[in-house]
Amino acid sequence: MDMKVDDARRPGQRTDHAPDFDTRPRHPAHKDSIAGWGSDLDRAKRPGVPMERRPARLPAHRHDIAPQALDTEVLHSSERPGVTPLFGSPVPPRGISGWIRRLAFGYSENDLRHWLMLLFADRVNVVEGLVDDVAHGHVPRLYAETGGRAELKHNPAAAARKAATLVAVAGAGYWLWKRSRSRA
Amino acid sequence: MLAMNYRGPYRVRAVHKSDPVIEHPGDAIVQVDRSCICGSDLHLYHGLVPDTRVGTTFGHEFTGRVVEVGADVRNLKVGDNVLVPFNVFCGSCFFCQRELFGNCHNTNPEATAVGGIYGYSHTAGGYDGGQAEYVRVPMADVGPTVIPDDLHRDDAVLLTDAFPTGYQAAEMGSIEEGDTVVVFGAGPVGLFAAKSAWWMGAGRVIVVDHVEYRLDFARRFAQCETIDFKQVGDMAMHIKQLTDGLGADVCIDAVGCEAAGNALQHLSGVKLKMQAGSATVLHWCINSVRKGGNVSIVGVYGPTFNAVPIGNAVNKGLTLRMNQASVKRHLPRLIEHIREGHVRPRDIITHRVPLEEVADAYHLFSHKLDNCIKTVLVPPSALQ
Repeated sequence: MDMKVDDARRPGQRTDHAPDFDTRPRHPAHKDSIAGWGSDLDRAKRPGVPMERRPARLPAHRHDIAPQALDTEVLHSSERPGVTPLFGSPVPPRGISGWIRRLAFGYSENDLRHWLMLLFADRVNVVEGLVDDVAHGHVPRLYAETGGRAELKHNPAAAARKAATLVAVAGAGYWLWKRSRSRA
Repeated sequence: MLAMNYRGPYRVRAVHKSDPVIEHPGDAIVQVDRSCICGSDLHLYHGLVPDTRVGTTFGHEFTGRVVEVGADVRNLKVGDNVLVPFNVFCGSCFFCQRELFGNCHNTNPEATAVGGIYGYSHTAGGYDGGQAEYVRVPMADVGPTVIPDDLHRDDAVLLTDAFPTGYQAAEMGSIEEGDTVVVFGAGPVGLFAAKSAWWMGAGRVIVVDHVEYRLDFARRFAQCETIDFKQVGDMAMHIKQLTDGLGADVCIDAVGCEAAGNALQHLSGVKLKMQAGSATVLHWCINSVRKGGNVSIVGVYGPTFNAVPIGNAVNKGLTLRMNQASVKRHLPRLIEHIREGHVRPRDIITHRVPLEEVADAYHLFSHKLDNCIKTVLVPPSALQ
């Protein structure tokens, strides 16, 4: 029996009797137009079933993995005995953010402080990045780096709103500055 | 070489940096010809993933040509065109030996809970990603797959993550014939999950989102029903009204930590970072699925914690399945689906952007401008 939509919204309302459910598999009315419908109904065709499968279906390869040369600072989880045989081509921890990251890796992944310190280090790192840019004679093109051109092209109304807000804030700031100067 | 370069939340640019080199005898160097921006890249772009260092290059969905191999590489040669699964995995550890390639224990020193992933922060191993002209590919004998001649390159690049992740999402739902499957999220992964659900015999597939052009695309691409959650008062109640009061058999989270739909979740999870992102879709999944049903999670969440109604999951006797996709194990079957004409993955590609304009591409995708579904970055060297 079909449940009326409104029934569920009326507290205390009872249906006449328990719904008589049809437990047969339902097929979509447009089944024939769905390319491949049911082609993986047989679980043997699903490559992730069972979840753990041994032996792994991989091409022949070496299992004795030589450790990658460790010639830069790589932080490792305190839940590991050391650096894994393979790792990325990392941006080594540097500056204040690097100092915070080293502290963070003193805590396990199970400790919230580990992750919160890393997030804080990321924010510090953004400021360091700006300073580093300027120190190397590169003025960050914030408009271009935040995708301003795409906004202008595809969402000009939002771009105009942002520009108007920026002008209004700058104008208000200038007015306050002028007023404080005239009072002084 | 030219490469994408992260400068901070919502700020990226293309820069020239040193070419990658062989750092291990099992490495290969791949010249990238296509690299996608993934929905999960947006979590990095928005500053939500811990240990995302300024100067790193993102990109875990890419294809290209092998230009150099290390001394130990036997299964690849220079000149091979390859698709590279987003997982960096060794093929030999406890987990890889069980085909849990997304959970490799030998490729990520920074964390034990996450395997290595290309271009996905130091929390995932600190590997530079493929949004560049060249990329270092470790364990080249086990990860990359040579692209068959009859496979379109655009289909191949979607086999590196989005398609296998969507398929695995449906697979983890243990779908049975006639099941009602609700997929939250009409992005690329959600679209492939919906498509895959039919192959597993679903009787009904419903995709939920709030972006109308994406829902329209889902109806055409996956021949499914859709729900705009902004038009619905209460998601769980609405799903129950559609399913004889019982709830869906399977709910799939293909959204992750930046879900809209609940102001408090968004404020606490995304804006204030008091939890590892917004858990809105986890709530909807647990509360919309029937008792004894299956919840499958492929949406990405941060490593800290989320407020979820776990008591409801217990009382309803739910099975919760989740993981990063083990891409490599899915490839043979998914290539068969393409060959048999069940799906043409490249149909979801809406934008091709030169790598030089990476900042615009991220903004476009992040803000869902110009009816964007999937963006492919093309390095300048790929055009020569």
